[in-house]
Formats: sequence, C-alpha cells, structure tokens
Amino acid sequence: MARFSGFGVTFKQMFKPRITGFYPKEKREKPERFHGRHVLNRYEDGMEKCIGCELCAGVCPAKCIYVRGADNSPDSPVSPGERFGFVYEINYLRCIHCDMCVEACPTEAITETKLFEFSFANRADAIYTKEELLVDDEGRAKRQPWELWLGGEDDKTSAWMRATSSSGDADYEGRVNWSGELGFGVREPEQGQSL
Amino acid sequence: MMLGAGDPLLSGKIDLTVVLIVIGKTVAVFAFLLVAVMLYIWFMRKVIADMASRVGPDTAGPWGILQSLADGIKLFFKEQSVPDSADRRVFFLAPYISLMTAFLAFSIIPIGGQVSIAGHQTYLQLADLPIGILFLLAMSGLGLYGVMLAGWSSGSKYPLLGSVRASAQMLSYEAAFGLAIVGVLVQAGTLSTRAIVDKQAWTGVGSLGTWYVIPAFVAFVIFLISAIAETNHPPFDLVEAEQELVGGFHTEYTGIRFAIFYLAEFMNLITMSAIAVTLFLGGPAGPSLGFLSATGAVNTWLMPVFWFVAKVMVLLFGTVWLRASLPRLRYDQLMDLGWKWLIELAFIWVMVSGVIIVGRNEGWNLIAVVPLSLLGGLGILGVLRASMPNRSELVEEIL
Repeated sequence: MARFSGFGVTFKQMFKPRITGFYPKEKREKPERFHGRHVLNRYEDGMEKCIGCELCAGVCPAKCIYVRGADNSPDSPVSPGERFGFVYEINYLRCIHCDMCVEACPTEAITETKLFEFSFANRADAIYTKEELLVDDEGRAKRQPWELWLGGEDDKTSAWMRATSSSGDADYEGRVNWSGELGFGVREPEQGQSL
Repeated sequence: MMLGAGDPLLSGKIDLTVVLIVIGKTVAVFAFLLVAVMLYIWFMRKVIADMASRVGPDTAGPWGILQSLADGIKLFFKEQSVPDSADRRVFFLAPYISLMTAFLAFSIIPIGGQVSIAGHQTYLQLADLPIGILFLLAMSGLGLYGVMLAGWSSGSKYPLLGSVRASAQMLSYEAAFGLAIVGVLVQAGTLSTRAIVDKQAWTGVGSLGTWYVIPAFVAFVIFLISAIAETNHPPFDLVEAEQELVGGFHTEYTGIRFAIFYLAEFMNLITMSAIAVTLFLGGPAGPSLGFLSATGAVNTWLMPVFWFVAKVMVLLFGTVWLRASLPRLRYDQLMDLGWKWLIELAFIWVMVSGVIIVGRNEGWNLIAVVPLSLLGGLGILGVLRASMPNRSELVEEIL
C-alpha cells in the first residue's frame, strides 16, 4: 500500500500547526544581525557621525555607495572634526547588504537597520540620498513613502550589532566596544558568542 | 410531457402556479450551484493550505470565505483581450457551452424528497427525465465541445495542444464513465435518477445494503476515477499542465470569460460528485429525525437535502485530498489506465452483474453462478491483459 501512503501524509498534516504566519499583519522577530537598509547616525547633540572619508565607498563590492566629503565650516560644523559627508548616496538596486561598509566605517556612522520592505516604482527612488538615510532628531530612521512599516517596526529598526570580540580575542567577550546610538542607547552584547 | 414524466407537479394541468414553481426551482438550483462552487473553491483552497501547513485565504470575509467572490468581482472588471488570430464567434461562444452543459447536467440531480409547494406535490429536483442518465452522458459529452472549441478558436498553439489533450482524455474516459454507470443501470433497471434514488430509499440501517455502492462496488470505484478524469481534475489535469501548456485550453482567455471556464470546471466537479451520490450513495436518502413529525417541514424538506449535501461534501473533500496528495500522471499512464484497465474492468463488471441478475430472475443457483461469473470475468481480463503488447518490449523493438 506504499503508493497510497501519500494520502496519510497530507491528512496528518491538517492537524499540525501552520508553518506560515499572517505576514504582513504579523511579522516575525528579525535575527539580531539582520541586514536591512542603512541609516546614517548622529551623535546625541545632533552632530552627524559621518566624516566623509569614503572608506565605505571604497570597500563596497557592489560599488553602490557614492560619497563626497567637504570641509566643515568653523561656525556651524555638521560633524565633529575637519570634514563631513557632503554627498552620501546608496543605490539599492545595486546594494547586496553585505555590511562591509558598516565594518569599514571608523565612526559607526553608517549602520544597517532591520527594515527591508521597500518597493520603489522608479530608479530615482532606489537611490537613497543623504537626506533619506540620515536619522531624525530622535535617532529613528526616516520613513520613505514607498516603505512598508507596520506595527512598531521602527522600535526595532536599530539593529546593528557587532560581535563584542570582533578580533576573536576571548578577553573582550561580552565587553561593549561600541558607542551608543541616538534614541536607542547602548546595545547589549549579543548572546551566545562563546559557544 | 416527456420532460417531466416522473414529477407529479407536471402530471396534472399546467397552470401559472406550476410554471412559477418550475421557474422558482430553476433559479434556486442555479443559485445553489453558484454558491456551492464559490464555497467549494474556498473550501478547496483552505483544505489544501491545511495539508500544506499554510494558512490559505484569510482576508476576504470571515476565514476568507468570500475569497472566490472577490476573485469573481475582480475578474469581472478586468480587461478581456481577444487574440488577433482567434475565431471570434467561436471564441466568445465556447465558455458558455462549458457553463451551460455543466449547469444542465446538474438539473437531473434529485436534491431532496417530495415536497408540497403551494398545494402542488413536486420533487426537490429540477427535472426528472425518464432518460435522465442518458441526458447526463449527453451533457458531459457536449461539455467537451466547450473545451475543444476554446482551444481551437484561440488561434494559439498551447491552447490547441491543451484542447487536443482534453478531447483525447475526455473521450477515453467517457467510455469507462458510461460503462461504470451501466453497472448501476443494470441493477436499477431504469434511467430516471429519481427512480434510481427511490430504489435506495432509507428504511433503516439495513437499506445501506441497497445503496449501489455495495452491490456495484467495482463500478463505484471506476466511476470515481473516470469522473475525476472527465472533469480534468488532478491527478488527471494534463489538460492544464502549467509546466507544459501555460494554462491549457483557456490560456488566451481573460476576465469574465476565463472566470466562466473556471466556474464550469468546478461546477462539473460538483455535478459529478452529486451524480456519484445519486447513483451509488442513495442520493437524499438518510435517517430522518424521529422525534419530529414525519410529514413536518424539517423531515420532508431539510433532512433529505442535508443528507444529500453531506454526502456530496464527503466526496468533494476526497477530490481536494486527491489534489493535495497526488502528482500529475504521465500521458501514457493516463491512457493506459483508461484504455487498458478501467474500460475492461467496467465491461467485465457489467457482464458479471448482468449474469448475476439474469441468474436471480431465472432462479439459477446463485452460489454457483456468482463465483463462476466472477471467475469468468477474471479469466477474460487475464486473457486481455496477456494479449496486450508490453511497453518495454515495444520500446526495445523500436529502438
């Protein structure tokens, strides 16, 4: 009767819990290191973290980041230090969300959120400018009209988290090596690094 | 008077009330079928989703029950494109042939018992034709034209291939389908669906044995298989094999015309299940509620309809289960099953049951007749199977 055993499989399946959920009404919790779209961060005093060094653009394997730095004016500096990111664009038609830019950034200016649901209708929208990438005064990502955020998604947007011992040195496990994020504070270290 | 020979409604004088009752019944049956199709499509999608650990439609209405209505409304307002190379008149006509035959085939189904409407006694059935089953065969044969003409008039190759497949498949299984029905007719001795149902009427648990599923079990199995093949449902849905033929015969159809094909397809499935219930499972027969009056509305109107719908639903669940479980047959497997197994088995079954019935009427010794005829039948089957060419040998010869 082996050829009829398939009927048993499908019938039994009816009484098992569903695997799929009610997306987009209900969303699953994203993994800690989820790579969504980027944000450009600020310091607590509103200064931009980006210093226009172009390391992110240099390391980007997809060549999707375009940065131009400019000198800060001494009267109204945009970022602490000499220079700031004058132009900052990421082309999401090219970005592969590898997070290399985040690794390269010396000031933790660019990080990746957990937001990934955006569907632009034209190529211009696909290129996020500095205005769109920069977090607002509360440190939250700015919602673009073509992005779908539902039910408190932006509370979990700041998701960038680095392994506390990124060089593999066990002495640094569980010791936070990053500065706080505007609006989200200092994140706890990831659990389960020392398995 | 041919049309209503059995129905007591039409045996007397035909006045306005009678005409109105008939029109009312027609509208009611049509609405019943449409709602049934709507609910069946929803039910199918839900059950398959359950069997695949999914949720299924859940947005339109409670539990997504209005999903097919929403789909229908959407299709109704969509653009209807016609290919330049299409034979326009036939192209427009084909979906309606499908729909019409699907609906007409249902008209002979006894849905309930005998009731009284406005002082007239009538069956809960649209038409009780004395040639009911022949009418069914005619309609299921005509239904083929809808599919065939749709594919042919589209002026496009995939629909044509799909409709050629459909014609071959439906013709092949028409034979087994008809012979399986003959297996019941031989025992019932009538073509009228109402008379067949009456022979399986409920008189107690013992009347389960008079349901033809017991004395004609082989015919029942053959009927189910060939009915599913007739309606082009999985695992016999080669007609619309998406991987090979895009959408099959209705590839070029859009909007409401496509919806009509869709509707007709599921209407056919429901009709086939209803026919199976009528022929083999006693139709509306079933125990009535003993604590209520036997002539009250519940026991004359509701209970027979309830039993009919319940039995149809069991069969329809079976079709969904098939759809969720079985992969599509290969074309040669389809033809083998139809021509080399079902038709022969049905033939032999008709002969064996014929012998048994004649034996019973003539007073032969049934203890001898039954095993002998079964043995004879199996012998014929064996000879036929042995005389068939072996596929692998044939392939070797060709190579």
